[in-house]
Order: sequence, then structure tokens, then C-alpha cells
Amino acid sequence: MDLTFQIQGGDFTSAGTASSEVRRTLKELGVDASVIKRVVVALYEAEVNIVAHAYKGEIMAQISPEQVFLRLTDQGPGIPDIEKAMTPGYSTASQEVREMGFGAGMGLPNICRNADVFNIHSVPDKGTTVEITIQIN
Amino acid sequence: MDQKRKPFHHALRIHKEICTGCSRCMRVCPTEALRVIDGKATLHPEWCIDCGECFKVCPVRAITVEDDDIAKIFQFKHRILLVPSIFFAQFEEKLTLEAINGILYEMGFTELCMVEQGADLLIDEINKYVEEFEGEKPVISSYCPAVVRLIQVRFPSFADQIMRLIPPLEVTAQYYRSEYQKNGVPLDDVGIFYVTPCAAKIAAIKAPVGGYISPINGVINMSELYNKVFLAYKQKGVNENEHCTLVHSTVSSVGIHWPTTGGEANHIKGRALAIDSMPNVIDFLERLENEEIKGVDFLELRACDMSCCGGILVQDNRFLVQERIDNLGQELPEKHALDTEFKEVCSGRVPMSPVEPRAMVKYHPDITIALQRMEEARRLRDEVLPNIDCGACGAPTCEALAEDIVCNRATLEHCVILHAYDADSITIEKIWGKKRIKK
Repeated sequence: MDLTFQIQGGDFTSAGTASSEVRRTLKELGVDASVIKRVVVALYEAEVNIVAHAYKGEIMAQISPEQVFLRLTDQGPGIPDIEKAMTPGYSTASQEVREMGFGAGMGLPNICRNADVFNIHSVPDKGTTVEITIQIN
Repeated sequence: MDQKRKPFHHALRIHKEICTGCSRCMRVCPTEALRVIDGKATLHPEWCIDCGECFKVCPVRAITVEDDDIAKIFQFKHRILLVPSIFFAQFEEKLTLEAINGILYEMGFTELCMVEQGADLLIDEINKYVEEFEGEKPVISSYCPAVVRLIQVRFPSFADQIMRLIPPLEVTAQYYRSEYQKNGVPLDDVGIFYVTPCAAKIAAIKAPVGGYISPINGVINMSELYNKVFLAYKQKGVNENEHCTLVHSTVSSVGIHWPTTGGEANHIKGRALAIDSMPNVIDFLERLENEEIKGVDFLELRACDMSCCGGILVQDNRFLVQERIDNLGQELPEKHALDTEFKEVCSGRVPMSPVEPRAMVKYHPDITIALQRMEEARRLRDEVLPNIDCGACGAPTCEALAEDIVCNRATLEHCVILHAYDADSITIEKIWGKKRIKK
């Protein structure tokens, strides 16, 4: 099953729509709660990343009996130094974003920790693609 | 899934001979456990959580609460009635606590006790529990049994966050039972009865979670008892000389508020929230499950709007009930007369196993089949069904009908709108627009 979502940069009100829908789907399929939790944590973080940093983006969730595959593609400034962005605590978030409770510098490390396979590819001034795979069994 | 588990005990019953199949209950069920089949409301027993939303909206009283006959009390020599503060708060002010107790005593109860006496000792115990809890927070209160069941069925991932402490009602029941035991009374002679403001508490007493066995022998319907007391008052008035020495109406200002919203959460250290009414509780749990809400230590969740003041068996308007509780509370001391005794004898901490999750199996236990069915159901929902949730098919939403179709519980023929469209597409399009029916 494929689910797709369009994400608008700066729209924090809608941030969480994709992770909520994917969670609901996995729950209805009877997927183990601990797996759902990992998917939700990873996807929510990645979704908020698009909202906080990019202009717009698309989320594709592919659910099979074996795994959940998530691909998040955005059009935005890209990540100049991925290694740095993967360091826990490192953040480029503005004060405004931090005041909303986001931007603690745990986004990418958190996604990585919850994923079985994690891929990130970024082109400065173009955008970022994140791929997350989480095994169901 | 586990086929061996015991079916849910339900305190709500649909009387098919009275049910007119009007579908009002089906539309309000928070777990979509109701369908109209052959003109009658039909319950999916594994999904029902005994919240009583259906009971509230039934226009013909076809749904009843399975309580115990009041005559059952005479099977016991000692007949103890545990009365919640809500019960007293239903009556207009001129019917005093003493007058109500007098009438109850005359009905045959030998001892009357306020349920919320057991609340005070729980404050320290809940705080300790929350502080020492090693699992993921928030700790979720076990007070409202409809919420406990909602979590079991719709939010099973939170099952182990449900506090393993018994509610005030069970603490109080244990106290009086142990008092009789201490005085050498054979326990077979002691009947402990509880006046319930809702169906969920009956289900919880008859079939508690976590392997706990309730010492309560019977549950009396609050609405029925209200009628009996009020009738006695209207017919006979109040007997001022009533002899009722065995009335323990002592309760603290803290205890009396326990059944109201915030009654628990206001006393819990850290970040404690109180949320009432089913839609609010569901919304909050959804957000919590979605990782949107973090850093909450304790959750008081109540299924009814205004908590137990809005219980389905409570007679008066819930705002007036709350007002009377607030007024009664102002005159009460911070600690009740039996405070020390309760703390010596009782505890909310009893041996209990975690609450068992009972996730709804929507499509199929096998994920491969579930996925196929879900894809088909979503296709039906998005490409075939009108998505106006009219309920004429006997399912609460178009999505629910789609699920029923793929699980072979219904067919596409059930959709009345599609039939109507086939017969007269012009009228249907005039009402619902050209894009609603996609075929």
C-alpha cells in the first residue's frame, strides 16, 4: 500500500498529518505497537524537518507485510554538511522555531536510531531526500 | 489473535424487542462497535467498551444497564451500601444528606458509607507510583473503567501505562470488609453493594482487569435508586427520628471532588492533566500516540463530559451536580474522620498484573490478508462510496461499510445512495453535487 502526502514549509499546524495517517494505517493492520512507535517517531521528526527547513516536500509511505519504507523528498536549502547534521544536539533552527518546541538538534539522530535502514542525500540549494526502512517482523 | 481470552463482560444490553433500529446509537459509538442488521442495533462484543454513549442517545430505552436487583441485598445479614458523593449531589438542597441516608436505611441497608473515603490515601500512593514508575510516561489513571477499556481496545500500546492501583471505590470496599472480618463476622454474612453512576463501573466490578477480584457483591443502578429515594421522600417525607447509627457519611473536601474533573490530577505532582468526555479523551490519546505530546507525568481521563457528574445514570443536569458537589465540599474538612484508620488498614496497591491489551482486529490477524483487505476497503472508500456517512447502510461511516464489505460482513448493495443514484441520478447530483458519486 502506498500513501503520499504533500508538505508545506512553515505549516507547523499540519505537521504530523502524515505520521498520524501512517500510524492509523499500521494500527488497523495490526502491526506491533513497538514497530509503530519507531515509524511514528522517525516519520514525525522527518516530517517536521521539512516543515522547519524546506519550502515544500512530499512524503511517500510504502507498506508491505515485511516492512515500512518511507521516502521524504523536499525542495529546500539542502544540508551542506550531513555529518554535522547527524551529530546529536547540532541545530540550525531559528529562535522562532525553537520557541515552538522544535529544533533541539535531535532530528536526524533520532530518525537514524529508529530506522533499520537510513539513507540521506542532499544537494545544497536544491533539496534533501531521506529514506527510512523499518522492518515489520 | 489469542482465541482463548475471556470475552468482555458487558453491562449494557440491547433489547431487540424494543429497538426500532433508528441507528442513533451506531453513530455515537466511539469504537464503531454497532451496526444495524435486520432493523435492530447489533453489538460487536469485542469492541464495546461499556461507555454508555449508546444508552444516552437511545430514544426508546432499548438499551439497559445490567445491574443487580435491590432485593439481592437481603441474601446478607449485613447490608453495606457504598454511596458515591454524586448520588447525594443529584438531589435538591432541601433533601439533606441525613434525610437521604434515613430513606436508604429504611430500604434495608444496615450500613451506609461514602465511597470517596478511600480517595485520600490514594493521593500519596499515586504520587509515589508516578514517581517510581519506570515505564514510559504519562501514567494513566485507572479510575474510569470506560477509559481503561478504550485503551485496551483502541490504544493497546498504552495498556502498560495504566496505573496498577485500585480506585477509591475498591479501597473503601476493602476497608469495610476488613472491619467486619476483624469483628469476627463471617464474610458470607457481609454484602457490599455499590451505587453506580455508569455502566462501565458495573463491568469493571464484575470483570476487573489485572487479575483483581472485587469484594463488591452487587451493583445498584443510581438512576433506579434515585427514583426510589425520591418517591419515598415525596410520599412519606423525612422521618426526623430515623435511627441510623451506622452511617459513615464522613468524607473529606478532597474526596468529595474525586469523581469530578480534576479531582485526581489536581493532587498529583509534576505535569498532570485532567481530560473529560470521550471525544476529548480520544483526541488526546491520538496525539499522544502520535508523539506530538511529550513530558506529561499523569493523565486523569474520564469518559463522560464533566466526569462522573455526567454519568449515564446520573439524574440531574451535570452542571448542577457539579455545583452541589462544590457547595458540599466547602463545608468539609481536609481530612475525614476515618482518615487514620483507612491509612492503617487499606492500600490502593494490590497485587495486579498489567492491563491486557485487546486490540481490535479490523481486517485479519494475518498482515498479508489484512493489507489486501485494507487496500480494497480504501479503494471502495475513495473511489466508490459517496463518503457522506449517512448510515443508511447500517454502518456508522462509509469507511466502516468498506471494512465490513472486505471482511464479508456486508456487500456494496448495502449502500442506499448508490441505489438511489442508479434510480435517479439527477436528484442525487442536485443534492450532493456531480463529483460525489464517481461511477
